[in-house]
Amino acid sequence: MIWDKEAECMRIEEREKLQLERLKATLKRVYKNVPYYKKRFDEIKVKPGDVKSLKDIKNLPFTTKTDLREGYPFGLFAVPRKEIVEVHTSSGTTGKPTVSGYTRKDIEIWGEVVARALTMCGATKVDIIQNGYGYGLFTGGLGVHYGAQRIGATVVPVSAGQTKRHLDIMQDFGSTILTCTPSYALYLTEAVVEAGINIKKLKLKAGCFGAEMWTDRMRDEIEKRFHLIALNIYGLTEIIGPGVAQECEQKNGLHICEDHFYPEVVSPETLEPLPEGEKGELVLTTLTRDGMPMIRFRTRDITTLRKERCKCGRTLVRMDRITGRTDDMLKIRGVLIFPSQIEKALLEVKGVEPHYQIIVTRPHHLDEVEVQVETSKKLFSDEVRHLEEVKKRIEKHIENSIGLRVKVTLVEPKTLPRSEGKAKRVIDKRQL
Amino acid sequence: MEVKQISLFLENKKGRLWEAMDVLAKAKINIRALSIADTSDFGILRLIVPDPEKAKKVLTKSNFTVRENDVIAVGVSDKPGGLAGILKILTDADINVEYMYAFVEKSGQKAVVVLRTDSISHGKKALKKAGVAVLSPNKVYTL
Repeated sequence: MIWDKEAECMRIEEREKLQLERLKATLKRVYKNVPYYKKRFDEIKVKPGDVKSLKDIKNLPFTTKTDLREGYPFGLFAVPRKEIVEVHTSSGTTGKPTVSGYTRKDIEIWGEVVARALTMCGATKVDIIQNGYGYGLFTGGLGVHYGAQRIGATVVPVSAGQTKRHLDIMQDFGSTILTCTPSYALYLTEAVVEAGINIKKLKLKAGCFGAEMWTDRMRDEIEKRFHLIALNIYGLTEIIGPGVAQECEQKNGLHICEDHFYPEVVSPETLEPLPEGEKGELVLTTLTRDGMPMIRFRTRDITTLRKERCKCGRTLVRMDRITGRTDDMLKIRGVLIFPSQIEKALLEVKGVEPHYQIIVTRPHHLDEVEVQVETSKKLFSDEVRHLEEVKKRIEKHIENSIGLRVKVTLVEPKTLPRSEGKAKRVIDKRQL
Repeated sequence: MEVKQISLFLENKKGRLWEAMDVLAKAKINIRALSIADTSDFGILRLIVPDPEKAKKVLTKSNFTVRENDVIAVGVSDKPGGLAGILKILTDADINVEYMYAFVEKSGQKAVVVLRTDSISHGKKALKKAGVAVLSPNKVYTL
C-alpha cells in the first residue's frame, strides 16, 4: 500500500523539478528571515540566486549541531515565534539540546510523512497502533501519533517504558502495529515470554522500529520472537522527527521523502559530495519546512544512497540502514571502528543475545575494549572450561571479523541497561 | 534416575551469592551440598538440593541463569585413601573428572562425593563395576 501515490511514485524528472523549485524558495526565505543563514551565505559569498540546479547545492554551507546550539533556543526560526505552534528538542546527550520549531503547516507535513511511513508498515484506518515511543520533547511519540491520526488508525499513546501496561494493552486491545525503539521491542519480547503470554494470541502484524541503530540480525530476532514484520524508520529532530525515511516491505533500504527532504551523501573527511552507491555521511536539506528550515544539515549518520527502482513502485531514493555515526566512530589503537561492526560480529556467534555493552579503557597507555555479553541460557554451562571457551569463541570471532582484539566478559542476564529511548552501547572511559 | 545438580551463573559482584541464597531461603529450600568455581570475573555455583525442579524455578524467576544436569554421587568411607580409591577406578577406566566436591554425612560414617565425569553413564558404570556404592537421587536429597 502506498499513502500518497502521486508524491511517492512521481517521475524522477518531475520530482527533481519540484525539488529545485522548493529549494530555491527555501533559500530565498532563509536568507531573508534567518540572520544566521544570511551571515553564513555572505561569508562565502553565495546568494540564494546562485543555485540554478540541484547540483549547485554543494556550494552552500553546511549546518551542524553546533550551529544550532549557537542559535539556542529560537535563533534559527524563519518565522515570527508566534507562528510556531510546537517545539521539540533533541535529547541533548552530547551537550545543550537543539530546538526544533514547527508551524501548523510543518506539523501537517510531519503527519503526512509519518503516514507514508506507517502505510509502508501496512497501517490502514482499521489498525490499532500501539505507540511505545516517548511522548514529550522527544519527537518519536508525537511524530508517530500525528501520522497515525492522519491515516485515521486507532493510536494508543502508551509512550516509552511501562512494560506491564504495554503487555496488557497488546493483549486486551489486540494492537496490530507496534512502534518503539528496536531495543525496547526486543525487551518486550522477553517480557512477553516471562509473563507467560502466548505470542500466537497476539494480533501484532508489523513493527515500525527506529530512533537508534540496529542490525538485520536484530530484525530477524524480533520478527522470529514476535511473529511480525519489523521495518526500519528514520528521522531526526533537527529535520522534522521520525518519518524522514522508512523501509517498505521489500526491506531493501529506507525510502527518503525526498520531495520534503533533499538528501546528499558526503565524504566525512573531505565533505565533498559522493556519487550514488558510495558510503558516507548523510546530509539533509528541508524543502518544505516553514518554521525552521535546515540547509545541508550534517546528520553524522553513515549511509549509502541507492537510486535503482524499488519493487514496491515508489521512485523515492533509498538509503541503507545506518551503519554508524561519524561522531561515535571509535578510534581504537589508531583504527577506526564503528560499534555496529562489533555488534554485527558479536551477534553472528550462536547463542549470543543482542544485549551487550562496549567499554573502552586505556589502562596502560593502550586502548582496551571490553565487550560485556549477557550469559543466555544457551551459553551457560556448569563447567568453567565451557564458559571460558564461549568467551574465547566470541573474542576470536570478533577479531576475525573486524581485526580488533577485545576482551569478552560474561555478565548475568538482564543486567545490561535496556533502553526505552536510545540504547547506550558504548562507554568510553578513556581520558584523552 | 540420576542425581540432579543445579548450577547457576554468578557475576563476580558483591552480594550476588547472598541474593541467590536468599531466593532459596525464601522458598524454604535446604541445601545438601554446594561448591563454587570461581574465575576472575564470574563464578559457577553448584548445588544439590532436595527439590531441584523447585530450586530451578524460583532461581530462574529471580533472573538467574540456571542449568540442571546429572552428576554422580557416591558414598566413600570417611578414612584416609577413601577418595583416592574412587579416583583410581575412574583413572583406570580412562574417565576424566570435570569437577567434584565432597561433604561428610551427618552420622559421620561416610563421606559423599559428587562427581561430574565427561560421560555420566560411563562413570557410573565403571564405579558400579568396581563395587562402589553409587547413591540414588532420593538418598542424596534426604541426607
